[in-house]
Amino acid sequence: MKKLETSADLESLAESKSKKGNKPCIVVATGTCGIARGADEIVIALKKELKQHDLESKVDMRITGCHGFCQIEPYLTILPEEIFYVNVQPDDVKEIVLETVIGKKTIEHLLYTDPDTNKKIMKEDDVPFYRKQTRSIMSDNALLDPQSIEDYFGINGYSSLSKTLTSMTPEEVVEEVKQSGLRGRGGAGFPTGLKWGFCRKAKGDKKYVICNADEGDPGAYMDRGLLEGNPHNILEGMIIGAYAIGANEGFVYIRDEYPIAVKTIDNAIKQARQYGLLGRKILGSHFNFDITIVRGAGAFVCGEETALIASIEGRKGEPRQRPPFPAQKGLWGRPTNINNVETWANIPLIISKGAELFSKVGTEKSKGTKIFSLVGKINNTGLVEVPMGISLRELIYEIGGGIPDGKSFKAVQTGGPSGGCIPKELLDTPIDYEKLKEAGSIMGSGGMVVMDEDTCIVDVTLYFLEFLQDESCGKCLSCRDGTKRMTEIVTNITKGCGAEGDLELLEELANVVKDTSMCGLGQTAGNPVLSTLKYFRDEYEEHIKKSKCPAAVCKALIQYSIISENCTGCGACKKACPQEAISGEKKEPHVIDQDKCAKCDICFETCRVNAIEKR
Amino acid sequence: MIELRIDGIDVQVEEGSSILDAARFYGLGIPTLCHHDGFSSYGACRLCVVEIGEGDRAKLVSSCTYPAEQGMTVRTNSNWVANSRKVLVELLLATCPSSKAIQDLAAAMGVRKVRFNVEHNDCILCGLCVRMCAEQMDAKAIGFVNRGTERKITTPFDIKSDVCRTCGACMYICPVCELRCEGPDAPGDVCGSCANIPPVCLEDEDDKMCFMDPCGLCYEELGRKKD
Repeated sequence: MKKLETSADLESLAESKSKKGNKPCIVVATGTCGIARGADEIVIALKKELKQHDLESKVDMRITGCHGFCQIEPYLTILPEEIFYVNVQPDDVKEIVLETVIGKKTIEHLLYTDPDTNKKIMKEDDVPFYRKQTRSIMSDNALLDPQSIEDYFGINGYSSLSKTLTSMTPEEVVEEVKQSGLRGRGGAGFPTGLKWGFCRKAKGDKKYVICNADEGDPGAYMDRGLLEGNPHNILEGMIIGAYAIGANEGFVYIRDEYPIAVKTIDNAIKQARQYGLLGRKILGSHFNFDITIVRGAGAFVCGEETALIASIEGRKGEPRQRPPFPAQKGLWGRPTNINNVETWANIPLIISKGAELFSKVGTEKSKGTKIFSLVGKINNTGLVEVPMGISLRELIYEIGGGIPDGKSFKAVQTGGPSGGCIPKELLDTPIDYEKLKEAGSIMGSGGMVVMDEDTCIVDVTLYFLEFLQDESCGKCLSCRDGTKRMTEIVTNITKGCGAEGDLELLEELANVVKDTSMCGLGQTAGNPVLSTLKYFRDEYEEHIKKSKCPAAVCKALIQYSIISENCTGCGACKKACPQEAISGEKKEPHVIDQDKCAKCDICFETCRVNAIEKR
Repeated sequence: MIELRIDGIDVQVEEGSSILDAARFYGLGIPTLCHHDGFSSYGACRLCVVEIGEGDRAKLVSSCTYPAEQGMTVRTNSNWVANSRKVLVELLLATCPSSKAIQDLAAAMGVRKVRFNVEHNDCILCGLCVRMCAEQMDAKAIGFVNRGTERKITTPFDIKSDVCRTCGACMYICPVCELRCEGPDAPGDVCGSCANIPPVCLEDEDDKMCFMDPCGLCYEELGRKKD
């Protein structure tokens, strides 16, 4: 493989790789989410089937990362017709090859059905889930095999880098990013250009750039989607950033729980080195830069930048006081710039499109698009990329397709354990760093957990508190003991042992934890409590005063009983009950012995005539 | 020299000083548990929090770790600070009620009851012993392990350390095991037997200087409201 020595080399390579013939190609998405739904079996079946029909050389296969719509995985697209098949099973593969690849016919039952109109949709882009998004970063995931740098060249990859190195000074790059209005996608929303500027100006014999890929919020997997789907985009962003800042060494700090992402980015770095896009004299310029991977050992707090630096240095992942900020004194005491995966992924776009065009998307203070992982009680689970300023309602109902099983919406949790729950009344809140903060939550890295009427808010708060208690590094008294005491109080409430004054104490404590902790984790650890107390205080009070859980979730506060009018005496629940707590004659209404009942919910799930009641 | 304003007075300190250094140099007391002049600052106990900044940008920071900056305004004992410290002491008391150092702090701040489940864990993880061992004794025989509520101080792998000289400096510096409170156990485990500090404060304003230890009692006694 020849190293690229000038930008002309890159251009001619890009041209040769982007030649698109009419050769059929099957695109299969195999991100972690796809594989979990059996996408790799589809790939094996496809290969076998193509071999049987001697089509291996006539039909290409492209194994991509996740395109976004995880709900209907595994899915595949057949090019050039762009036929989009969803929920494909290994048994369907034979039919697909025979009918569509060979016969050029569409298989109706594998197409996506629009839930509103019940019409079949043939192309991926026409699916309502995608149609309402602005996919400027995620869309590339469908176009390339993440293991192949040549595919990335084919979509003009690394052209932004070439433009930067040949026609821009580092100051111009910093200025361009400043003008774009891009803000950190990791959660806090600090203006990226400003951060770069600080680091550029800081004095130091050596500087570093770091990609923070220690994504750990429950329910968030945007960064994984990017790392697995388009690693070169992130590398390109990092190289441009390093050039702008004056760094010659970079790190990708990635959590080891993402084995596929680690492998993909590792492979991408090796390929970039082979082509001379990392290493000495990149594209014939005088700029040297290389990237090392550091794998995180699973501490959530290591996503905090000072803890992340400590972890790379080989010390305990524990935050320290800022100032001095990493831009002044970071890794090994040198100026360091840390950005989140998604922030880096936006950089090539800003350079190629220009700051002005980039900043046309979004609101006054929040520019560009943001990727969210839409999960929980929602019809269309997946990764969505939307312009800043879109309302939560549009995101949840128009893109997410609303709440399944006709249930009603209760709240949406944004920003993971540092964020808060936003209730129904505030669904029209636009997605914007400031507006979400006003609503008592934060933008966060992009996790969005939707909850329906069957969710108990106190139970959800307890979940996040337990998470925070486990993940607090334990350095600050306020965070370590504060989260522990908050967990104790909320646990008591869910057990029906809450007392008068608990809520006031909880509120006071949450505020103290927020105010007096050192790092971002502690400073936001009060949010789950404060936001739920603000919007769902009634529900807490019901737990305390009436010993009732309105959503029938808190086990200590509910009772299972059989509605005798509905019970047909089929005996299904009796057979299923592991406690043998249900008794009754055949075809007669059954009863539950409360002393024996372990509230395991099995009878409720078993009963087909809705005769089991939880109260 | 760096010029800043602490509790309404303009002061000058050397570059590299922390807010705590600056305040103490001018005789303003800030309570601490994990700080010692002979060691590096750590910022674990959070008792030394002070308020900096104005209006919406006001925030609490630990004065032992936060550097004194040119032109900054510091309030060492505002309502916000005093009330936060009280809750922190309450948290400490709930973990380690037998420490005289903590009981004294509680008495001085007017903490009269503990609203959390009281445990007797003894160690408050202030890290003084760890820094004593590493920075003064040059042994590094002990350190923190685990995280969150599992966090503890021990030797590597929990076995007898080869580098420990059993000098006892860690025990000497410990604010919890050095002096045990001998007072009677009162309900809620705050003894209060030494709470004889008169509630005196000279000024009403947050931004004026109080010449007493920042005890916070005036807020309680004068019935001032939390802002």
